[in-house]
Amino acid sequence: MLFKIEARAEPSREMAIAAPLIATGLTVVLSSLFFLSLGYNPAMTLYTFFIEPLTTMNGISEWLLKASPLILIACGLSVGFRANVWNIGAEGQLIMGAIAATGVGLFAPWQESPLLLPSMVVAGVLAGGAWAAIPAFLKDRMNTNEILVTLMLTYVAALILSYLVHGPWRDPDGFNFPQTALLPYNGMFEVFDYSYRLNTSIFFTIAVVVITWLFTERSFMGYKMSVGGVAPAAARFAGFNASTSVWIGLLASGAAAGLAGVMEATGPLGQLSPQISPGYGFAAIIVAFIGRLHAFGIVLGGLLLSLLYLGGEAVQMSLGLPSSIALIFQGLLLFFLLASNFLVNFRIRRTDVRTR
Amino acid sequence: MTPRLDLRGIRKSYPGVLANDDISLSVLPGEIHAVLGENGAGKSTLMKIIYGAIPADAGQIYCDGKLLPEHGPAISRELGIEMVYQHFALFDSITVVENIALSMPGRMDLKRLAVRIREISERYGLPIDPDRLVLSLSVGERQRVEIVRCLLRHPRLLILDEPTSVLTPQAVQKLFETLRQLSEEGCSILYISHKLDEVRELCHSATVLRGGKVTGTANPSEASSAELARLMVGDDLPEITVQPTELSHGPLLAVNNLNVRSETATGTSLKAVNLEVYGGEIVGIAGVSGNGQRELAAAISGEKIASAPEDVVLDGRPVGHFDAGRRRDLGLGFVPEERLGRGAVPSYDLSENALLTAHRLGMVRHGMAMRSKARDFASGVIEKFNVKASGPDAKAHGLSGGNLQKFIMGREIELSPRVLLVAQPTWGVDVGAAAYVRQTLIDLSRSGRAVIVISEELEELFEICDRLCVICNGELSSPLSRAQTSAEAVGLLMTGTGGKAAGRGAQTERDRHVV
Repeated sequence: MLFKIEARAEPSREMAIAAPLIATGLTVVLSSLFFLSLGYNPAMTLYTFFIEPLTTMNGISEWLLKASPLILIACGLSVGFRANVWNIGAEGQLIMGAIAATGVGLFAPWQESPLLLPSMVVAGVLAGGAWAAIPAFLKDRMNTNEILVTLMLTYVAALILSYLVHGPWRDPDGFNFPQTALLPYNGMFEVFDYSYRLNTSIFFTIAVVVITWLFTERSFMGYKMSVGGVAPAAARFAGFNASTSVWIGLLASGAAAGLAGVMEATGPLGQLSPQISPGYGFAAIIVAFIGRLHAFGIVLGGLLLSLLYLGGEAVQMSLGLPSSIALIFQGLLLFFLLASNFLVNFRIRRTDVRTR
Repeated sequence: MTPRLDLRGIRKSYPGVLANDDISLSVLPGEIHAVLGENGAGKSTLMKIIYGAIPADAGQIYCDGKLLPEHGPAISRELGIEMVYQHFALFDSITVVENIALSMPGRMDLKRLAVRIREISERYGLPIDPDRLVLSLSVGERQRVEIVRCLLRHPRLLILDEPTSVLTPQAVQKLFETLRQLSEEGCSILYISHKLDEVRELCHSATVLRGGKVTGTANPSEASSAELARLMVGDDLPEITVQPTELSHGPLLAVNNLNVRSETATGTSLKAVNLEVYGGEIVGIAGVSGNGQRELAAAISGEKIASAPEDVVLDGRPVGHFDAGRRRDLGLGFVPEERLGRGAVPSYDLSENALLTAHRLGMVRHGMAMRSKARDFASGVIEKFNVKASGPDAKAHGLSGGNLQKFIMGREIELSPRVLLVAQPTWGVDVGAAAYVRQTLIDLSRSGRAVIVISEELEELFEICDRLCVICNGELSSPLSRAQTSAEAVGLLMTGTGGKAAGRGAQTERDRHVV
């Protein structure tokens, strides 16, 4: 017996909306059985995972703080992904953005100027974009595979970061910890309330979401790039330039990742350390797909993944679940979400061909 | 005599479509039975049901008088039902005998199989060398491989799906001889086609389908083409009118000594192609599929950029270095052979597809796409070109081939091109829409534009073209005036035996493959 995957002619609108709910339902059922078999109270565990983190102001602040870079990076990535430009190295672009912003923040001669933070943002965006320009150039000129180049440049960026914080940029008063000095106060985004870490950089994310929506859904350039993604032959037929798509796709995602790096360095951390990102650059790829490469979907996807991070920590702390179980639960939910998304657009059919 | 195959009340529905509705037909041993119908009439569905590839919802299939309780490809093989598909299922990179061995039951014995292939191919006049690589075979030869593969199993019912669409007139005659020989030996043949002349020449009886129903049965040698066409289409075909024409002073499109190296091993390189097309005429490019038509179309349209600007000259202006978008800005329209995925984006609706090339008609302001203008444009095309679609929000892949072709052609014509290049204008297009498309092309040329039609259907080219060129092995013949040439002369050029240079070209092509 054989199976084959077929694209559905007319994906149902109702199912497209119901898919995430079905996925959530399945996750709840399966994970309840899973928690039961391990001797944990499923209702309690699910509550701690999903509800408890959002019952305090601090929880909500942390939720948005983590969601913000995920959404920001995923928006940038979606611009390229729609055009089949696969930037897998947002993590590296984020690191370069953080390095550039910290460099300006620590060493620029205009330390006292109110323009310090804006210049750091510009530096970070440019650095992220520049790091993504390398694979764009190589792909445009030599048709290299951008998946490999962006991924490998991530490791280069991580090593540069490691060199800087262990070497020349190490804080002389930092007890030999591999980290830079703290950024000056005017080189950091202001927090809304001193009890919480959420800061004004979230407005950048909101702006980027709106711009991404306008670009992908309304602009002619976004249309051209989407055509290049779903029907490359039609793009060639229409005379749309493929290398423009490569450049825009990579520069947009690189700049967005660079900005996220700035936000991390100048927001909750306030300095550069090897742990600048807990893998936001990679997690944002998942967020982009959970959001079906749509700006508003990405917002939901980012909020969900951020909640999964918080919930994962919460069950470890208050219920004593091993971290691996939290990870399995996160994996379950993502699996069901992506699978149900897939099944909205495709069906698996049994073929009747019997071979002898 | 007990019929070899007897279908009673076959019914098959897909969501939204009744593909087969109460279809009955019977085929006697040794009979060549035509199944005629437009695209979308349900022919292919019916054949798949007969072969057992898909199950019918209702109805019975009798084979030699016995009801089949269940059906499937494996049962078909036991019963001796074999099928030659329109699109071949051969692996390019292995030899003929290896390809055939893959579909034979039992242990693989390539030497013995090769001997049997030679025997069968000689007996039925289908010369084929079992040791050649499939990628070095022409399309006609590939079809022979498929037929030989079926014949090796001694079929009692052979199904052929549009077998002549890839053949030259001469090759069609050879195929018919083979089929007649098979029929004399008692093998029944189901011959699916929409070409009336062929059916009238070859078949003993015909069942005509329209909209999933049997609309009539006829003896094709007695019925006239017009009668059969009426059964297929439902009413009389529109007459195509060709008015005399006045040519422009200079050529609107000139291709000068164009050489394009093929990018793939299976493609064809263009060799020193020259072509001049004047305003007011239709120039046809005939040829057996895979002789450089795709490469020529891409080189003229700008999807493939030529090496020198002067290679392609549009209205006196060298454009060889421009991409398709800039050539369209300068007045070159193009309708490609693949409508889904190239001429239109399948998952986009018609208004979004309008934007694909018609964006230059003021549908973009400040970098933003003007959706409402695109909608208006799409509605206009739908109305003006009789596109059967629910409206500008219909998805491109939801339209039938003919209606999508009308939409794409309408979109390109609305851009007012000076030169329009159309590849395979009526492929997969039903008879009614095809007549409409042809008339549109004639009218366009008579309004002073230059039209180039690349087609594998000679009948069509003879119907609408003023001049004809033949492409063979990437070489283009000098143009022939339609009034002074014949299908036979063109057919010889298509096989590369009619021209002087063409014959040598075929030889070197073969040598290249051997190396």
